Amino acid sequence: MTTLAAPPRDNTVAGVMRRVPWRASVVYIGFVLVFAFFSITQTEYFLTSTNLTNIVVQAAPITVMAIGAVLVLGIGAIDLSIGSTVALAALSTAVVLETTGSWWIAAVAGLVVGAAVGATNGFFITVMRLPSFLVTLASMGLIAGLARQLTDLQSVPVLDSTFVWLFGGGSLLGVPILIWWTVAAALVGWHVLRQRRFGAHVLAVGNNPRAAQVSGILVNRVKMAVFIVSGMTAALAGILYDGRLGGARYTLGEADLMTVLAAVIVGGTALTGGKASIVGAVAGSLLMSMINNGLILSGLNVSQQMIVRGAIILIAVSLSLRGKKSQ
Amino acid sequence: MTATPTITSPLRLAGISKQFGAVTAIQQFDLEIEPGEIVALVGDNGAGKSTLVKIISGLYQPTNGEIWISGERAELSDPSDARARGVEVVYQDLALVDLQPVYMNLFLGRELTRGPLRTLDRARMARETQELVDELDIRIPSARAQLSDLSGGQRQGIAIARATHWASGLVLMDEPTAALGVAETARVEETILKLKERGAAVLIVSHNMEQVFRVADRVTVLRRGTQVGTRVVSETSHNELVAMITGLAS
Repeated sequence: MTTLAAPPRDNTVAGVMRRVPWRASVVYIGFVLVFAFFSITQTEYFLTSTNLTNIVVQAAPITVMAIGAVLVLGIGAIDLSIGSTVALAALSTAVVLETTGSWWIAAVAGLVVGAAVGATNGFFITVMRLPSFLVTLASMGLIAGLARQLTDLQSVPVLDSTFVWLFGGGSLLGVPILIWWTVAAALVGWHVLRQRRFGAHVLAVGNNPRAAQVSGILVNRVKMAVFIVSGMTAALAGILYDGRLGGARYTLGEADLMTVLAAVIVGGTALTGGKASIVGAVAGSLLMSMINNGLILSGLNVSQQMIVRGAIILIAVSLSLRGKKSQ
Repeated sequence: MTATPTITSPLRLAGISKQFGAVTAIQQFDLEIEPGEIVALVGDNGAGKSTLVKIISGLYQPTNGEIWISGERAELSDPSDARARGVEVVYQDLALVDLQPVYMNLFLGRELTRGPLRTLDRARMARETQELVDELDIRIPSARAQLSDLSGGQRQGIAIARATHWASGLVLMDEPTAALGVAETARVEETILKLKERGAAVLIVSHNMEQVFRVADRVTVLRRGTQVGTRVVSETSHNELVAMITGLAS
């Protein structure tokens, strides 16, 4: 107990290696490695500015969802329903746009659908005290069914030019609008998690709910808010798909749950709650998008892409749990 | 040192009883603690010590009796009522957040903010934490260190510092050194004595008789929910206390 004031720094190679926070750096190391790999193997097209821009643009919906997922994992929960929420919100938005002709009413409607999904999840998790895994597993199927029911499996076109500009094809100061959305979502997410009391409460709830409670944090209110945000970020992702693809279909977001979780976990957010990184999640989303892009350029088919993505999630989860400090 | 009823004592309990259905957990408990006084609450397992702590911290409501905090009659319907009246609890399991820095633990639920956006004022929280741990002589690497990097004794020190920081009158401690080694226990006891110097009233639940003699001014004994007696520590003996706790003449 006496030599605690300033332990001498171990400056040997082994000491320095030990100090590097490997778990938090996995995403950046992976990013550089994957980038180098595709730059070398896909020389013709990968490094073109069109392709690099495309990687970021393609990542937009995933990044937006990842912000919500960081908060959900931050409280030590999980939201499996985000993928189907994308489809339901995208279709609702498209239908409202078709009937009202108003781009903003349509967007608000989509966000309200997302918030309602999140509030429903939150109700069962807080008031009914059910595990988030089971609740959102059930709602995932339920919402996917609703999305199919809503338009009877039909696609809905999105033709409104303002809507398409704002949520998909537009650009501002020479930068595609979807990149602006990504930056905005990341900044808001970072501010909320790192600079607001709410963010501190999220991490406290995820790390030690009892400590949070006896410290006067309203644990259930925090959980409810986080699930509503998660529903809304999924809805915004759906709206961005509407804008970019010019239409909505019940298959939207189908594969996104896996991608988002992989991005967030590889980005240093712990599955066990209490440790979360927005910057890491954004880097993770870009990494996933880059892998996707590179695999397509490499000529892999959809099945092979799924296999590679699954393998990446396994690696990410192993690293996330292996690095956990023993108490 | 005997309880002279002054209106401003941090804690006064009068005739507290608690029943769970037909079971009487606490019967007619009276206690008054002065500022700067450390009172130990001792008793065998199941004697009602934890129940009493939960009553004072607002987690349980007494069936009968009155709680006075800082001279005011208090109806504590939940822990936030007790907190609002300046009662802080150091829990047995510490109730800390491992993955956050020390300063966030100290300010958990009461974080400082600044500016029109009300962003977290991490610099000020870290500075005030450093001042407090220095004052209480709790040796930690830094107020910005992550809590999981601290030893058991350091964590206990942080839990006590947090309670001290927010308690305006009374600190409750439930077995604060139960999980600690000898050296760490000694440091935590020093911290507890620092609280006394600062004028806080401390009610400490302990199983450790030596500890009671080291830190407490008075000791009150519970046996199966009944208050057997209260002694001034300097006027009692180990044997007398054991006899009171067990109910057997020694």
